[in-house]
Amino acid sequence: MSASPTSDETTAVAENGEVLVSVRNLKKHFPIMKGVFKRQVGAVRAVDGVSFDIYRGETLGLVGESGSGKSTAGRVILQLDPVTEGHVTFRDVDLTETKGEKLRALRPQMQMIFQDPHASLNPRMTVGSIIGEPLQEHNQAKGKERKQRIEELLSLVGLEPKHANRYPHEFSGGQRQRIGIARALALNPDFIVCDEPIAALDVSIQAQVVNLMENLQDVLGLTYLFISHDLSMVRHIADRVAVMYLGKIMELAEVEALYNRPSHPYTQALLSAVPVPDPEVEATRTRVILEGDIPSPANPPPGCPFNTRCPMAQERCVAEVPAFRELDSGHWVACHFAEEAREKVKGIV
Amino acid sequence: MNVTQREPVLEVKELRTQFDTQDGIVHAVNGVSFTLNKGEFLGVVGESGSGKSVTMMSLLRLIPMPPGEIVSGTAMFNGEDLLTLGEDALRKVRGAKIGFIFQDPMTSLNPVLTVGFQIQESLKIHQNMDDKQSRARAQELLEMVGIPAAADRLDNFPFELSGGMRQRAMIAVALACNPEILIADEPTTALDVTIQAQIIEIITDLRDQLDSAVIWITHDLGVVAGLADRVLVMYGGQIVEEAIVNDLYADPQHPYTKGLLGSIPRLDQKGAELTNIKGQPPNLYSFPESCSFAPRCPYAYERCWNENPPLLNVGESHFASCWWDIENNRPRYVS
Repeated sequence: MSASPTSDETTAVAENGEVLVSVRNLKKHFPIMKGVFKRQVGAVRAVDGVSFDIYRGETLGLVGESGSGKSTAGRVILQLDPVTEGHVTFRDVDLTETKGEKLRALRPQMQMIFQDPHASLNPRMTVGSIIGEPLQEHNQAKGKERKQRIEELLSLVGLEPKHANRYPHEFSGGQRQRIGIARALALNPDFIVCDEPIAALDVSIQAQVVNLMENLQDVLGLTYLFISHDLSMVRHIADRVAVMYLGKIMELAEVEALYNRPSHPYTQALLSAVPVPDPEVEATRTRVILEGDIPSPANPPPGCPFNTRCPMAQERCVAEVPAFRELDSGHWVACHFAEEAREKVKGIV
Repeated sequence: MNVTQREPVLEVKELRTQFDTQDGIVHAVNGVSFTLNKGEFLGVVGESGSGKSVTMMSLLRLIPMPPGEIVSGTAMFNGEDLLTLGEDALRKVRGAKIGFIFQDPMTSLNPVLTVGFQIQESLKIHQNMDDKQSRARAQELLEMVGIPAAADRLDNFPFELSGGMRQRAMIAVALACNPEILIADEPTTALDVTIQAQIIEIITDLRDQLDSAVIWITHDLGVVAGLADRVLVMYGGQIVEEAIVNDLYADPQHPYTKGLLGSIPRLDQKGAELTNIKGQPPNLYSFPESCSFAPRCPYAYERCWNENPPLLNVGESHFASCWWDIENNRPRYVS
């Protein structure tokens, strides 16, 4: 697994730990159709060749701005959308080759927590039936046993058994997110994709939900893929972090290495743009202000996808796609000039 | 000169706004008083439902009335009370002397009018410019907010611009008449962080150039830390703490502020566990007769349940509405 990476097949593997999910050269292109005959005239390259491993029991943070493809990556990994190319291996089973009943039988082990707790809960179902639905679907726990399991799940996420008979609208945003978490936990999964689970919540409620997720991870030994645009929260919760831009991973490292020694110009700009809630620290920071906006994934620039906004971009960056290479152990960067970029890192965080 | 010692440009006293809804009266703003000084950057921090936006919109009577109603209060601006000013006089203030930037530029810019038209509109109305003059000025404004190829962009419709560009155009509209006060209501919340950094840079540059006072409404304690001179923290339709920016972050005196600062992770530190503020924000269906934070407060005692604390002076230019002295672990006695 520690084969030397090429631009085509990149790998990022740490020395220790059991790999639970392995993603290789994953691509998801959405076709753009035009004309009477709906001919395909192009494709939105939402995810364009990403590779990484997720270790058992860890939290891998997947960060990026809107349009970077991070949510699509999460959905494709769980096979909620079919892949265009590449492989996702879960416990030695290649999910991209698995279909129908076989895939369905694996689904209990991998679940998802969604961003918007208002849109992801059926308003006409009681909380009990929302949490019980996965049990019903997979023929687990019937009758009294199911009722008991629902109550158990409710108390696990900090709600009360009596809440089972109520409807989602009777709950606040934070409580609804707890219901979404309880539903994800119903089938005792190993792996949970959390797609911006706190983005829709108030600041004082975010900490409640994050603390709950951390406790559950400790108690149940869960593995998280934590998709977020909140770099401060990712530093708090993640063990390793992958930074996405235009469908590609720009940098991947252990959390402290990434925040202390960001080595991709994009990671540096991203980190420097996040305000710190401390006026004295803010007064000493340098900001890297990027020009312009993220380009359209339907028409990405040639070479390095970041070259249109990069303060260090040179001719080579337009001509040649940078390899995703291991700068030091476990610290992967897709930049021709990562060594120089790293030198300029002072004062960013 | 310390901004808190400058002369005030806006003085709000005892503002109360409520909404008459199907489910009962929502007490959105409950006795808010504050002063904005000339050239000052005032941060207003609060969660959704804290009343931060309704307070500022009430000042320009931008809330729909009915169901909204400004029950009481005064807002003195240049010797006039904005809350009792006639419609015509108020229109001369809106967009001219006080500019407003809204959170979502897609819903606050008119989709069927060009960007240029919308900037020129206020120049024509408030500054009697003709078409040619106003167009030149509009182009200048777009250049000032960092929009490339400004002359061409004047003829674009809002949908032709990206989110960051639209927010810049919105800023240009708000700044068109060199307002004395610029009110920005979560201007960067809908934007990505790298775009947020661009917008913040523009606003700080402009503030130095124009010497306008700025009120920046946000839920993000991080954004105002590097920007504001002074910060108001709102909760349940009231100001619960007011302080110079450094004092607020270094020495928060209200349990809510303290809890909020403890509950947000920091980019520059791998912190310990985040502290919870237990419970939910208050519903606003009853007028607060007691401290509205008491149900969530770890320090609440008898007095908090019986008497709503006013803003008490707890240090130099530092006020907090709390009956408990956290530092000395005893009730706060008011002389």
